[in-house]
Amino acid sequence: MTAIAWDELILPDRVHGSLYTDPAVFEAEMERIWYRTWVYVGHVSEVPRANDFVMKSIGPQPVIMTRDREGTVRLLLNRCSHRANQVCAVERGSARTFRCPYHGWTFSNDGSLLGYPFNSGYQGLEARGELGLAQVPRMETIHGFVFGSFAEEGETLLEHLGAAAEAFDRLARLSPEGEVELTAGWLKHRVRANWKMLLENETDGYHPQFVHSSIFSVAQSGIGDLYSDASIALSRDLGKGHTEADLRPEFRRRGVPLGWFGTTEERLPDYSARMRAVHGEAADSILVDGSPHVMVFPNLFIAEIQLFVIQPFAVDDTVQHVTAVQLKGAPDMNRRLLQQTIGSVGPAGLLLADDSDMYERNQRGARVRRPEWLVLRRGLHRERVEENGQRSGHVTDEVPIRGIWRHYRSLMENGA
Amino acid sequence: MTMGAVDVELVREVEQLIYREARLADEHDYAGWEALWTDDAVYWVPASDTTDPTTQMSIIHDNRSRIRIRIRQLETGKRHAQAPPSRLCRTVTNVELLGDRDGDVVAGANVLVVESRERGLTLWAGRCEYRLRRGDEGWRMAGKTVRLVDADRALHTLAFLI
Ligand code: FES
Ligand SMILES: [Fe+2]
Repeated sequence: MTAIAWDELILPDRVHGSLYTDPAVFEAEMERIWYRTWVYVGHVSEVPRANDFVMKSIGPQPVIMTRDREGTVRLLLNRCSHRANQVCAVERGSARTFRCPYHGWTFSNDGSLLGYPFNSGYQGLEARGELGLAQVPRMETIHGFVFGSFAEEGETLLEHLGAAAEAFDRLARLSPEGEVELTAGWLKHRVRANWKMLLENETDGYHPQFVHSSIFSVAQSGIGDLYSDASIALSRDLGKGHTEADLRPEFRRRGVPLGWFGTTEERLPDYSARMRAVHGEAADSILVDGSPHVMVFPNLFIAEIQLFVIQPFAVDDTVQHVTAVQLKGAPDMNRRLLQQTIGSVGPAGLLLADDSDMYERNQRGARVRRPEWLVLRRGLHRERVEENGQRSGHVTDEVPIRGIWRHYRSLMENGA
Repeated sequence: MTMGAVDVELVREVEQLIYREARLADEHDYAGWEALWTDDAVYWVPASDTTDPTTQMSIIHDNRSRIRIRIRQLETGKRHAQAPPSRLCRTVTNVELLGDRDGDVVAGANVLVVESRERGLTLWAGRCEYRLRRGDEGWRMAGKTVRLVDADRALHTLAFLI
């Protein structure tokens, strides 16, 4: 691979269009980001019982997330150790073993090879120990969110998450039992766009008033005002590529418990009562502040009531997976979370279909020869550095996008 | 209704409604399409083989008020995923009466939609089930479910009326 001059393509206030369109950039990203850093894979609630499994991914790599017969969650790669057939062909299920259809090698759901047919051809079974399914080298969890890393060693998940770790606490505490459950299944939305178009859009507070004006004008949600010029919400670079649209200043100004969710406690009496019983005095601020709007680099977007997972397949081919957040012990809340999510997201979503159209238009635009750059200058003059070192700005400022690129450049230059 | 005793007149009426609904959707006649629905309507496009849209994600799960919002959004002309609108041509076949449910006629059909956008041509194929009701102003739709053949795979944006 010819060396890519990252320092010439990524400047503090602009990035070069080829970063979204050049297949060589995509290949380099696979090696230096997707197959190195921590990537979100799945949630333990998707494999609740021993022997459950579900197909997941790390970028284009297919990963079988299993809960083995001992109850341990594992990330296995879907490739037979004999001659590379795929051992699992279904999305989810329950299985103690995976039997390769090609020559019948059989693997336990902890990845170990149990046996092969006609084993006299192998001088017995002594090779079994070396020939299990490959596992993602490192796996760690936070609040049941399972992350994997292809790097044999490196920083811990908590080091990688840094300031973004707190977003998982904020999300989980919205459950009266302190647990998130991802039980609603996933929509998969394919876009002809580079994955970074999605990554940048998730915490871009500049676009909602324009891209989503059609739905804001016909449905009273109060979302639009969060992203107005007069909003006191903030955009924030949490460091390490993680970014946030911090809507709490607006929610606190409004001061309505569950106002962040467009509803009131009266309309969710069971949930509100349970939260107040569990949290006491703290319930007010928890219910006013609501859920985080945080993009965890490179692929998990905690979007208040939904979770999105970005999966790149090629430089201009990306699938966005999405499900509703479900909170343990909150059935009335969960019904609303699900129906609101279904209305908003996915291929026909009243919000996301329009975002997706933007990704694809952006991608087509990025192939146009001039101007060669994408300008990331918005709010540069009013960007603040907070006491903890995080940068922030007005919610419509491009503070998060600049933060993403600062981290991206450090990963890519460090690639060798 | 039994096999061999098909009410041909009923079949004809049901077919005409199904074809009209298809044409109104293809032509982006939003007001005409919306007028077909009853007040208790449910418009459902599941994301998998699920039978429970109250616990599982769907591609579309609209009650009557969300159908209204969907239509009003399209009518703004700023629903970017349909601005400009997709060019559409759909074929509805295999129309069959399947029985009745609480006085409504249940009919099935297969649909194949060709969608043209700047992205290119996209094929959408699925099994439709309609719940139809005869009222004072003629036939209306109380329910439409579209089970896409690729519902559980990654789908492109589907912002037109399927
Ligand atoms: S490739 Fe799996 S058994 Fe041969
Ligand atoms: Fe958006």
